[in-house]
Amino acid sequence: MKVIKSQFEFKGGVHPDYNKELARDQAIENLPVPEELAISMSQHLGAPAKCIVKAGDWVERGQVIGEKAGFISVLVRASASGRVKAVEKRLGPAGGKADCVILDTAAERPADVPAPSAGPVLAPLDWRTASKEDLLKRVEEAGICGMGGAGFPTAVKLNPPPAKRCEYLILNGAECEPYLTADYRVMLERAPRIRLGVEIMRKMLGGPAVRIAIEANKPEAILAMEKAFADIEGNVQIVVLPVLYPQGSEKHQIYATVKRIVPEPPALPIDVGCVVENVGTAAAIADAVELGEPLLSRVTTVSGDAVANPKNIQAPSGTKYADLVKFCGGEKVPPAKVISGGTMMGFAVSTLEIGTTKTTSGLLLLSRKKVFQYSSHPCINCGRCLRACPMNLNPALISKAVDANDIKAAEDAHVMDCIECGACSFGCPAYRTITQSCRRAKNSIRARIAAEKAKAAAAQAKQ
Amino acid sequence: MMIAISVIAGIGLVAAAVLAAADRYLSVKEDPRIGMVTAALPGANCGGCGFPGCDGYARALVAGTAPNGACAAGGEACAKAIAKILGVEAAATEKRVALVKCCGTRSEAIRVGDYNGICDCNVAASTAGGDKGCTYGCLGYGACANVCPKGAISIRDGLAKVDKRLCIGCGKCVAVCPKKLIELVPASATIHVLCNNPDKGPAVRKVCGVGCMGCHLCEKNSGGKEAGHFTFQGFLAKVNYENPPVDGQIVAKCPAKCMAEDPHFESGH
Repeated sequence: MKVIKSQFEFKGGVHPDYNKELARDQAIENLPVPEELAISMSQHLGAPAKCIVKAGDWVERGQVIGEKAGFISVLVRASASGRVKAVEKRLGPAGGKADCVILDTAAERPADVPAPSAGPVLAPLDWRTASKEDLLKRVEEAGICGMGGAGFPTAVKLNPPPAKRCEYLILNGAECEPYLTADYRVMLERAPRIRLGVEIMRKMLGGPAVRIAIEANKPEAILAMEKAFADIEGNVQIVVLPVLYPQGSEKHQIYATVKRIVPEPPALPIDVGCVVENVGTAAAIADAVELGEPLLSRVTTVSGDAVANPKNIQAPSGTKYADLVKFCGGEKVPPAKVISGGTMMGFAVSTLEIGTTKTTSGLLLLSRKKVFQYSSHPCINCGRCLRACPMNLNPALISKAVDANDIKAAEDAHVMDCIECGACSFGCPAYRTITQSCRRAKNSIRARIAAEKAKAAAAQAKQ
Repeated sequence: MMIAISVIAGIGLVAAAVLAAADRYLSVKEDPRIGMVTAALPGANCGGCGFPGCDGYARALVAGTAPNGACAAGGEACAKAIAKILGVEAAATEKRVALVKCCGTRSEAIRVGDYNGICDCNVAASTAGGDKGCTYGCLGYGACANVCPKGAISIRDGLAKVDKRLCIGCGKCVAVCPKKLIELVPASATIHVLCNNPDKGPAVRKVCGVGCMGCHLCEKNSGGKEAGHFTFQGFLAKVNYENPPVDGQIVAKCPAKCMAEDPHFESGH
């Protein structure tokens, strides 16, 4: 195993204030199960799970409460035992409403329900002897989705179509988002779990070469991974990436490690022979296979200058943001902005009553000092966004087209390639909301394509 | 000089002959009724009928593939005129106008954050559901006003308001609203429930001073359930526009103050 320095730096990118020192040295702490959980059915990318419990039901820890509802979907399990208080539509961090199971974990166990045995939720598997199908099934029934942020169903990613061969498994430990240190802590504290996860994934993908991508500003994590992977066989390398946002983006990581370029959507990394998985996902796969422990909790960084004691917390999915903040000693000063996720790609939220999901990597409470009130001005054509855009787009052009409600022009400027990293808005001297414009154009285009598809399907049904 | 005149005149004559022949032998026979029907339609090209503009609808009408009366902008008079041209029965239609089912103004409905992104409801709604405490209410960033072909919608005190006289009922605002709170209602109906929040009373009260709590008082005061003037979705009263209430007194008696008699404003255009 070798540690190499990445030779391929992508164009663009920005250098935000990382502010990682707030929570970097805080060891992962386990959160006691809160009294109430709000478990969303939409914790992943794709179709939300179909809720199969109703108010008044008693559910056990690990019990399936939401069934997979399509190919790109993930099942949801109860992260604690308790009584279902209600099943209602609640607002998620991204603004969409999804079914949420409100679980009262303080409720008393009914007399007729025996306490479950202390063993694991699923039967442990020996990954060396288990077949690829068994392992895939395990990943699926453990409810694992990508834990870096987007939440793509892992079982789908690890089961590429037979025509496409996976040559590289890239392990994403870049964590380029400011403030977040969850992946960093996992790499430091759970390096052996990550290694096991990598070995399992390597087996499932037919033995690809492994590249572990870590940004150069995390030397301790690089050391920890080097130690854990020291005696691994096969083609495994740790690639030290230059510190640059958005280094953690799937496409840019593929370029930085193996110098391949993913074509524009709908192409996926597998089309260039790569599969990218987050370090947290690797650890979750190891737990699911070796220990039989489904994905019921994750490490979330609670940070920001308005939090009394920033921490990295292992919290059950569905923990309300308010409980996380309480566990960190509450608010130091009244927060002016609360962000679910990192400062670059996260979502501002207006309430702490939202439950965490499998993809909640961070919760940031920022004081008035850190939040900048602005109003947007007309573009001054300085070109700073062009220089910042890692996808080689012209964000100024797109943003002006969206301002003029000309979605077609935005589409012609390849807005669908935009990864919404926020580098353009970050440096804009006119404080233009460029990323939001791109998002708006993408949503309109997606809605139009969906409408066209529905129309075509209806026409076909008529014939 | 004479040569020039005769050459030009000659070219003109030959071209005229070609054109005359083309008109005679290559002309496309178009049903004259298409032109007449197009003239009878209002010409707003709003697309509310589902066809590409008035001309598209006229062609479909003449071809017999579209029902008469789909033109919301023209209303009954238009349908009658078309019926006369085509010699068919006019479907009984009534002019429909857009109604914004929210009355949570800036002073009544709480705002939970400061939003300073793009001034568009769909974008605002995708940012933590918008800055309004009520997740069902009008955000007031004017997505509907921007698509209205007649300029009938304006934003007043954080709420979209429809000018009934300008509205042609094309339904573009209904389609664009991220909160789905605009409905096309008969223009003759005068009593409306201006709320879109089906949550329980206390939850509604927490976010808005004028939200419907589902107390059923409007139903009781208008002759009870048998009278059928109202339907209920969760804890939200809805006017049954097939059988709308007529007694204006129930509006004043609504304890939540979420009902109004003809809430459409007149812009004075």
